[in-house]
Amino acid sequence: MSAVPLLKVKDVSKFYGSRIGCRNVSFELYPGEVLAVVGESGSGKTTLLSCLSTRLMPSSGMIEYHMRDGLYRDLAHMGEAERRFLMRTDWGFVHQNPAEGLRMTVSAGANVGERLMAVGDRHYGNIRATAGDWLRRVEIEEDRIDDQPRAFSGGMRQRLQIARNLVTAPRLVFMDEPTGGLDVSVQARLLDLVRGLVHDLGLAAIIVTHDLAVARLLSHRMMVMKDGAVIEQGLTDRVLDDPREPYTQLLVSSILQV
Amino acid sequence: MATPLVVSEVAKSFTMHLRDGVRLPVVANVSFSVKSGECVVLGGPSGVGKSSILKMLYGNYGVDEGQILMEHDGRLVNLADAEPRTVLEVRRTTLGYVSQFLRVVPRVSALDIVAEPLHARGVASEEARERAAELLAKLNLPKELWALPPATFSGGEQQRVNIARGFIIDHRILLLDEPTASLDAKNRAVVVGMIAEKKAQGTALVGIFHDAEVRDAVADRIIDVSEFSPRKHAA
Repeated sequence: MSAVPLLKVKDVSKFYGSRIGCRNVSFELYPGEVLAVVGESGSGKTTLLSCLSTRLMPSSGMIEYHMRDGLYRDLAHMGEAERRFLMRTDWGFVHQNPAEGLRMTVSAGANVGERLMAVGDRHYGNIRATAGDWLRRVEIEEDRIDDQPRAFSGGMRQRLQIARNLVTAPRLVFMDEPTGGLDVSVQARLLDLVRGLVHDLGLAAIIVTHDLAVARLLSHRMMVMKDGAVIEQGLTDRVLDDPREPYTQLLVSSILQV
Repeated sequence: MATPLVVSEVAKSFTMHLRDGVRLPVVANVSFSVKSGECVVLGGPSGVGKSSILKMLYGNYGVDEGQILMEHDGRLVNLADAEPRTVLEVRRTTLGYVSQFLRVVPRVSALDIVAEPLHARGVASEEARERAAELLAKLNLPKELWALPPATFSGGEQQRVNIARGFIIDHRILLLDEPTASLDAKNRAVVVGMIAEKKAQGTALVGIFHDAEVRDAVADRIIDVSEFSPRKHAA
């Protein structure tokens, strides 16, 4: 178990004019840890995810990332080029809508290969072989490597997006409702896949979801957000089995039992 | 003899915010300790807080007051106020739990569910699966079921998968919440034998057993949980 956090978040707030996006969020994330951020729509979870992944600049607070050279860097003070490089290599971002995270008009193989080229890989044969290998890992037939994701089903697109993100062996992956909009049977397959990959690769991940069952299955720790603030956090099964806050109790008691 | 688990003055209540904030005291002043190789059984009528105590020991339930001290990796950890990552680390190596019901994961086979705790400790997949197969065979789970996800299994079959998963690692502390509730006599006897093996290896066990026969076979000591009733302490 690693002794130093990968990400240190301190008092992060984001205001849209006078409206609150998220406020005073603080936590630390360690390598290999999966953190779920739950709450209803409008609770600030996507705003928080955008701030953490540098897609939005926080209004106040500090986010520090433990770089591969062993030093912490303040994300707000990082140059644009450096930030983009981090996004393309050491981090992954899985969008709810795969069309946002994929290039829909280039082949599946190129979607995966593009990330490899960003880290300096130039050998066509190697790139194609690695892309093929990753398609297999996310359970896409290798003979679909030259097809465009436009021709894929929703579940396949989502798996392709995951392959594209993981091919560079990132250390931190952000996921925004990764199973939203998928059939339950497709969801189960994706969850099982993500669970296995996170474990095998030792990834740290921050998963935004409103589905508590997804949070239970994938995450070690959980933060519950309401009106932009974190109202309860802790071990995932502690928060779900023994919720303390009124809002968390309401959320947990609203789950439909099958 | 070593004492890997010490529970000291633990109290727990639930506040039901959806029912006008009514506060339900569950237990108070829970104090006991468990030695290596000892099996302590929590006794008393339903609703007295036996499962709640086990869940606090595992970290599923928060603790209002008191300490839960466990020997982990050469140091003492207070599970009552430990960080989530510490609780997970303790669970990975020191602390095991067999719940009443199996939480099934879609698409994962019975064999892999049982092998997972070993796998998580870094044991190679093949070796972990072999160990899992031995345990499932010992618990008489038909071999045709091993490759299937247990969602469609009977209660007794799921329970045996759950037991195998809980017993696959040599934990120093093992919590058992009615592991034999839905088993037939033959498999109950197997589980009693497995508990005896754990005791011989020096595991400290805390369990709930409603079946008097099983309880008498495994218990070294029975703690009457109604002694920890909050009403008793309020008076």
